[in-house]
Amino acid sequence: MPIILSVNGQKHSIDNAAADVPLLWVLRDMVGMTGTKFGCGVGLCGACGVLIGGQRFFSCQTPLRAVIGRDVTTIEGLGEDPHGAALQQAWEEVDVVQCGYCQPGQLIAACALLKANPRPDDAAIDEGMSGNLCRCGTYPRIRKAVKLAAGGVK
Amino acid sequence: MIDGGISRRGVLQGAAAVGAALVVPVARGSAGGALAANAYISVTASGVELALPKTEMGQGVITSLSMLVAEELGVALNKVRVSIPDGDAPRFAPITQETGGSTSIREVYKPMRQAAARARVGLIEAAARQWGVPPGQCDLVDGVVVAGKRRLAMGDLIASAVLPREAPMRQNLRLIGRPTPRIDARPKITGAMQFGIDFRLPGMKVATLAQCPIYGGTLAGLDEKAALATPGVVKLVKGRDVVFVVADHYWAALQGYVAANVQWAPGPKMADQGAIVADLDAALAQPGHSAKAQGDLNAARGREFSATYHQPFLAHAAMEPLACTIHVTEKGCEIWSGSQVPAQARADAAKALGMGEDKVTFHNFQMGGGFGRRLETDMVLRAVELGRAVPYPVKLVWSREEDVQHDMFRPAYADRISAVIDDKGRPIAWEHRIAGSSIMARLMGDGFKGVDGDAIEGAVEMPYAVAAHHVTFQQVESAVPTSWWRGVGGLRSCFVVESFIDELAHGAGADPLAYRLALMEDARSRAVLSRAAKEAGWGRPMPKGQGMGMAVLKLWGTHIAAVVEAKVAEGQISAVRVTIAVDCGLAINPLGIEAQVESGVIFGLSAALYGEITMKDGAAQQSNYHDFRILRMNEAPRIATHIIASQADPGGMGEPPCAVVAPALANAVFAASGQRMRKLPLVV
Repeated sequence: MPIILSVNGQKHSIDNAAADVPLLWVLRDMVGMTGTKFGCGVGLCGACGVLIGGQRFFSCQTPLRAVIGRDVTTIEGLGEDPHGAALQQAWEEVDVVQCGYCQPGQLIAACALLKANPRPDDAAIDEGMSGNLCRCGTYPRIRKAVKLAAGGVK
Repeated sequence: MIDGGISRRGVLQGAAAVGAALVVPVARGSAGGALAANAYISVTASGVELALPKTEMGQGVITSLSMLVAEELGVALNKVRVSIPDGDAPRFAPITQETGGSTSIREVYKPMRQAAARARVGLIEAAARQWGVPPGQCDLVDGVVVAGKRRLAMGDLIASAVLPREAPMRQNLRLIGRPTPRIDARPKITGAMQFGIDFRLPGMKVATLAQCPIYGGTLAGLDEKAALATPGVVKLVKGRDVVFVVADHYWAALQGYVAANVQWAPGPKMADQGAIVADLDAALAQPGHSAKAQGDLNAARGREFSATYHQPFLAHAAMEPLACTIHVTEKGCEIWSGSQVPAQARADAAKALGMGEDKVTFHNFQMGGGFGRRLETDMVLRAVELGRAVPYPVKLVWSREEDVQHDMFRPAYADRISAVIDDKGRPIAWEHRIAGSSIMARLMGDGFKGVDGDAIEGAVEMPYAVAAHHVTFQQVESAVPTSWWRGVGGLRSCFVVESFIDELAHGAGADPLAYRLALMEDARSRAVLSRAAKEAGWGRPMPKGQGMGMAVLKLWGTHIAAVVEAKVAEGQISAVRVTIAVDCGLAINPLGIEAQVESGVIFGLSAALYGEITMKDGAAQQSNYHDFRILRMNEAPRIATHIIASQADPGGMGEPPCAVVAPALANAVFAASGQRMRKLPLVV
């Protein structure tokens, strides 16, 4: 029996031999969705973040078997979420992005943050976003964009 | 279309390549000489196409170069479509596709604007001829040539346009100087953006590699049976100092690598941090090769000061791990990867394969950070080593651990400055000795004459005037491979010079700002330092355990100053606030410049507070972000950027902010704690 993986509401049939494979590699190398990024492989950088039940998970640390029966939101589906769409718009308005490689993970983390705390202050943003690394140093603009998005979500 | 400025052959080839378009060679060849192919701006009926002559790794060059083209041509920015071309040296010469040394704008600014200006004038003149009016009565606005009520779309003029040999650049600027959000943001925030590591081909396999952690060591053994028994693993490829595990997907390859239990034999020379630093210190005792010998050091009489500085090996740790897809066939080789040197990567791959360059295609990508790491081609050569051993396309993905341990590091250095100050406290003699690995020596081979031109940057042309000023370089190599970073020599010099001048200021009992200003002759450098100090509130009282420090730099065509407010508490240093004033010449995109400032400051702080690769038992000891730390959001300071208006030619912005922040922080730590910082990373 293949494993049914649900990503952004779409069902994907995966060989059940992959049950122990981290979701990151199922998404990237099996499903072919490469928006979710490989950064460190050990849960240090947050580039591989996905949302499950509104919470952020590191997909490099999450085996496929752990998400059976749940829907996974990746960066490709983030715009369907009101917080996600507001964040993407704020990211553009504030001109957050540089190289862009970590930004899918940053946006996923920011979305999880706003779902838990719709009006985060600086300390809450620091706490919610400090699991994500950005080598380009976009942190000041991420902080600004999260606040902008928080103000813009109805 | 006819190009009045280049050969007929060049025009025809260019036209053939792009169809119905006005093709503009960006770089100017020798007068009347052959310009068979080149970097092009193409004007089409629907807009402008720009084949990016520099690569994009986050620095914003797609946006800034598009602004230049849109400005001169009079089209909306969103009418410029940018492509990232393959590695192709002849096409772009004399511009190199190499993207490093803060050169993206410095090298391309003028040729790009001039080329677009030629296209504008060519189109305007074509319309003017058609209408029988003087060209001076026409302008090109929103892709339409207008003269009074007459209008002709750009696309309708392509066939009749003749490119003038030269054309004036626009005086009244509409886009240049306006803060402009980057135009390539959307795909990067929706997941649609494809980096090199994201590239996929039908039938492709995915591989990872293990390289001998000990420099110069070799593969001694592995459990092939166990590796091949791992589900998903299809093949092992062994090299002298490397094992590639080929699989259906990355995770299987990684599991295969674990199962292989690879054994290594040490090399002849075991890298050891203590020995490397001892060699650097010993080199400082030697006279070294002279890079500057102005005035007589021995004639100076006064108070003597001397200090020795140490800086570590540094990894790049770009967020996108190294990755390269390759397909080698009998006919040739195709490569897909992100490179700062796509043309060099193509040439190096061709050489390794024993093929002509025309048989090798290097498809370049936007990079998930470069910082100098992708100025090397070792990752491409590893892919070649693997690719020639398998018949199918294969994507080689480095683990983060391989990426860090087998980085080519920013060299470790030792510097010593000895100075004499006169009775007014001013330096009258300044001897600066630099010891470290020479990247230029490796690249130049026999042409290297003892002085590394990069390593001495910022030391020979420091901002301060001293009558007797000597600089020497002593090359010291170890087993550790070294390469470019986000500033190498200029970065190192800035830390040393700005730390030492601070020591002299305190030694002379002077305010560090007044002391520096009194020694600086360059008006733009004085202006940025004064501005940063004013904006930061230099001299205002600070709470106990906090202090301000400053640094200034004139390099890469840019003048920049930093004031850092630091806090020292319970053995921890933190940067609270950073104020930057910068004069980088004409500020094409102020929003992009601010981004580069924020980026460079945080990159520089990561290095100043944490950055260090150390060697033990022949190998690098660090392997991932836990032991090669970079700043997180909660550690990021408040950053204020002040751009000084200038009409000078644009300078570089990739490296300067990164260079000034470490010495400014070190000087702030002294102000806060009384402890002089002469070693990076900073420890109190």
